[in-house]
Amino acid sequence: MQLMKPVRPVGIIGYGAYVPRYRLAGQAISELWTAGNTPPPVREKAVPGLDEDVVTMSIEAARNALARAQAADPTFDPAQLGAVWVGSESHPYAVKPTSTIVAEAIGATPYTQAADWQFACKAGTEAIQAAIGFVGSGMARYALAIGMDAAQGRPGDALEYTAGAGGAAFILGPSEHALVEIEGSVSFVTDTPDFWRRQHEQFPEHAGRFTGEPAYFHHITQSVRALFAQMGLSATDFAYAVFHQPNVKFPLKVGEELGFKRAQITPGLLVNEIGNAYAGSALIGLTAILDIAQPGERILLASFGSGAGSDAFCLRVRRSLPTPHVWTTRTYVDRRVPVDYARYARLKENYIL
Amino acid sequence: MEVARYWRTTKQRYQLVGEKCPQCGRRIFPPRDVCPVCGHEARTAVQFSGKGEVYSYSVVHVAPEGYEKFVPYIVALVRLAEGPLVTAQLTDVDESEVWIGMPVEMVTRVLREDGERGMLIYGYKFRPALPVNNQAPQAAAQPMRTPLPKANGVHPEPVLQAAMP
Repeated sequence: MQLMKPVRPVGIIGYGAYVPRYRLAGQAISELWTAGNTPPPVREKAVPGLDEDVVTMSIEAARNALARAQAADPTFDPAQLGAVWVGSESHPYAVKPTSTIVAEAIGATPYTQAADWQFACKAGTEAIQAAIGFVGSGMARYALAIGMDAAQGRPGDALEYTAGAGGAAFILGPSEHALVEIEGSVSFVTDTPDFWRRQHEQFPEHAGRFTGEPAYFHHITQSVRALFAQMGLSATDFAYAVFHQPNVKFPLKVGEELGFKRAQITPGLLVNEIGNAYAGSALIGLTAILDIAQPGERILLASFGSGAGSDAFCLRVRRSLPTPHVWTTRTYVDRRVPVDYARYARLKENYIL
Repeated sequence: MEVARYWRTTKQRYQLVGEKCPQCGRRIFPPRDVCPVCGHEARTAVQFSGKGEVYSYSVVHVAPEGYEKFVPYIVALVRLAEGPLVTAQLTDVDESEVWIGMPVEMVTRVLREDGERGMLIYGYKFRPALPVNNQAPQAAAQPMRTPLPKANGVHPEPVLQAAMP
């Protein structure tokens, strides 16, 4: 295998997060379906409002990313974005791009590429990989890649405890203005049927325990070990690591297997507070790290998408940028309005009227 | 409702793009191509900041078709920082938290869906201004229960019919 690296250096010039404000406690789900006998895998999860979906959440995250990009490079203009790509497994339309609506709302139209990406929970990092290539080849000066989900889980299913909402947007551009340089990446993919949703079905199916060892752990360890080998690095070379977060246990366990200490992982571990944001999960964790990272520090980002695959990235912070006018990831995580199961069911439109 | 009407107004609904009068400098929203104050032709597109404050509001319990699932919801007159008064829904807020003069900011949200098979209509709503990082929430500031005095002696403009209810 070969390390993926563009011809000209590419970095992140702006990033932004979004989390909706409602929260449902895992305990409420446990009490409703199992008389409180199931210990919830996360404390609580984020729930979108009735007027929120992947389009609206992507627009807000993208606006935050634009604000940071404009602070990093005052000449930056959204009309210069050569691509607007949204990765999600809850695009509001089956046919009609999320990305054109987002592009229109942020002023990137009409001369831009726009597309929706789909690869379960790694649709967002998939868009980032493509954006690195798009910018690194010179086809575009800037590209916007978003990972965002209003995650679905069948009522009463194990996924209902964790299926959260939120995500993040990243503007990739030439590394001279970048906050973070992308030093290299690896994609590792196999046909592993651990989780899927058929056309016209509302909720995904999953293969129970099969989602762990042959899916999540195998793909992440393979992508990260290949990245380490290609770059001559190990866990101790990184200040932070962020993994896909389907629950609290998995990212801590895979991190430990790869040689990371808990302190490297917890700054980007948001799943206990917002749940699993599917395509936005690892990416919003990355934004929480970028809010605090210092120049020179290395960050490992490794996503996981069912079906299955993992993208691993080696990132290095070039400069820290004070942007007090842009909301941090913590602002959104701490903005919480607890709801009970009845209000949650209404917000998820699970009532049939 | 026709697709064409939504399509014509996407810029104003998604981004709050209005107009500026080249004669008197007045900012106009929604765009109407003629200045409502001096009557001059005004076609210069201007993006509004999205910042404003609640001028007045009401709670809708019996909603028009397409908005039923949101009840009860709040419709407000929002005085934009640039001057115009617009009609829009407030979001991410409960009735008990709203006060006249409350700082709000524009967000793009789902306004309604045109039935199960129709379009999803997106557009501006306003939410309480999120606190800038590490500051106390602005909603905790002293509520003002009376209408604001007229800023700088400028008379409030007539309420212009917004693109969406």
